[in-house]
Amino acid sequence: MLSLVALPAFAQDAAAAPADPYPYILNTFLFLVMGFLVMWMAAGFAMLEAGLVRTKNVSMQCTKNIALYAIAGLMYWVVGYNVMYDGVDGGYFGTFLPKVIPPIDNDPGSYSAASDWFFQMVFCATTASIVSGTLAERIKLWPFLIFTVVLTGFIYPIEGAWKWGAGWLAPGTDDSWIKTFAGADFQDFAGSTLVHSCGGWAALMGAIVLGARYGKYQDGKPVAIPGSSMPLATLGTFILWLGWFGFNGGSQLALGTMADASAVSRIFVNTNLAAAAGVVVAMILTQIFYGKVDITMALNGALAGLVSITAEPLAPDPLWAIIIGGVGGVIVVFTVPFLDKIRIDDVVGAIPVHLVAGIWGTIAVPITNSDATFMAQLVGIVSIGAFVSVVSLVLWVILRFTVGLRPSLEDEIAGLDKAEVGVEAYPEFGTGSQRL
Amino acid sequence: MKLVTAIIKPFKLEEVRSALTDLGLQGMTVTEVKGYGRQKGHTEIYRSAEYAVSFLPKIKMEIVVPTAQVEKALEAIQGAAKTGQIGDGKIFVSPIEHTVRIRTGEADDNAL
Repeated sequence: MLSLVALPAFAQDAAAAPADPYPYILNTFLFLVMGFLVMWMAAGFAMLEAGLVRTKNVSMQCTKNIALYAIAGLMYWVVGYNVMYDGVDGGYFGTFLPKVIPPIDNDPGSYSAASDWFFQMVFCATTASIVSGTLAERIKLWPFLIFTVVLTGFIYPIEGAWKWGAGWLAPGTDDSWIKTFAGADFQDFAGSTLVHSCGGWAALMGAIVLGARYGKYQDGKPVAIPGSSMPLATLGTFILWLGWFGFNGGSQLALGTMADASAVSRIFVNTNLAAAAGVVVAMILTQIFYGKVDITMALNGALAGLVSITAEPLAPDPLWAIIIGGVGGVIVVFTVPFLDKIRIDDVVGAIPVHLVAGIWGTIAVPITNSDATFMAQLVGIVSIGAFVSVVSLVLWVILRFTVGLRPSLEDEIAGLDKAEVGVEAYPEFGTGSQRL
Repeated sequence: MKLVTAIIKPFKLEEVRSALTDLGLQGMTVTEVKGYGRQKGHTEIYRSAEYAVSFLPKIKMEIVVPTAQVEKALEAIQGAAKTGQIGDGKIFVSPIEHTVRIRTGEADDNAL
C-alpha cells in the first residue's frame, strides 16, 4: 500500500523519489473531481432537453443522451485522446491509437495519466451533448449515434489537437506560423470554441440538413411547441451550472501550488458571475420585449453566460466577468427569434448558447488577457468553424442520403418514444398507451 | 327524467356539487373539457413564437334528475356556478328515455 507520507521509489520515476508528492496528488485530485463534475453535466443536458421536448419524445431524448455519453467515453479511449494529444507537435492531429493507461507503479509526471484522460474525455462528451438538443423530436436514433461516433472519435479530437494538443493554433513556440501571422497563440481556456462552438457548428449543420419539425413553421411564422417539463429544464440548467465549475475550474490543470488554488477559486467566482449576469439580462430583455419573463430564455441566458466566460474565466475581474456573461444573455434573446426567422428549428436554443456565445466568449479573450490578440482568436474561430462545419455537413448529408435521418411523418407525429424507443416516458398520461 | 348537462368554470365544481346535494340529488358524472363560447382565449409567447390559447378549461357536469326537480336543479346550478364574468358557462336539458341501476335492477325514477 502506498502511504501518503513516505512514497516508495517505485511509485514514481525509477531514477529518484520526488521531493514533494503533493502537487502530483493534488493535480490528479483536481482532474478527477473536476472531471466528474463535468460528467454530471451530461445529466444536466439530459434533463434540460427532456424538459424542453414534448412528452411523446422524452424517452428518445433520454436515450440519445445516455448513449452519446457512453459513445464519447468509448471513442475517446479508442482513438480520440491520442488523436488530440499524442505527438501533435504543432501539426494537425496526433496518433490514431487507443490511449494506454499506465500501471500504478509506473505513472510518472505531474499527475496521473488516467486522471488526465478522464478529465479530457468528459469534455469530449460535453461536445456531443450539444448536438442532441438542437436536433430533438425529428431525428432517428442510430444515424444520430453514428454521427456522434465520428464527432467524438475524430472531429472533436482533431480540432482540439490544434489548440490543446499544442497543434498549429497554439504550438507555444515563438517562430510558429500563428505567432508570426497573428501575434499570439490562439487562446481558449476551457473550450468556448473547442467544445461549445464545435458542438454548435455540428448542431447547426445538422439542423440545416435535417429540416424543421413538422408544423414548426406555418404561414411564414414560427409555431410555438412548448416543452413538457419546466422543472426538469430548470433542474438540468442548475446541474449544468454546477458542473461548469468543474469545466472551467478544472481547466487550470493544476492544484499543486497556492497560485493554482487561487486561480481555481477566481475561476469559480467568474464562472458564477457570468452565469448570473446571463440570467438577469435574459429576464430583463424578455420582460421588455414580450411583456413576460420566459423561463426557458432565462435558463438559456445562464448557459450562454457560462459559455461566454469559458474562453477566459481566469483573467477577468468580476465586473468584466459580469459584462461578458451578460452579453451572453443578450445573444440568446436576439438569436432565438433570428433562427426562427431563417427557419432553423433549434428545439433547446443550443445554437445561440453554444455556437454564438462560444464565438463571443472566444473573441472577448483579448479584452482581459494580454497574451491574446483578436487576430489569433479570429484565426482559431474561423479555422475550427470551417473544419467542423464542412466535415459535419458532409457527414449529415451522407447520413441523410444513405440510412436517412428523419423518421416517417407518421412516426414523428406519434412521437419518437413509440416509434424509435418503444418505451413511452409517460404511458399513463395524456395520450399514452396505458391511459384509457 | 331529464339529463341536465352543465358546462361550468372548473373552480366552481365544489360549490355546484354542494348545492345539488343540499337538494337531495345524489350522483353526478364530471368530465374535464375544453371549450369557448363568447369568452375569448388569449395569446402566449414561447421563445418568441406566439401561440393562441383558444380553448379554455371547463368542467362538464352531467346529472340525471326526476322531471319534477329539474327547475330546482337549474336554479341551484346557476346560483352556485355564476360569477358574473364572461365564461360562466351554460346548462342544457335533454330527455332521458330509460334508467337502470346496475346493482339492483331498479328502473327509472327509482334508479335516481
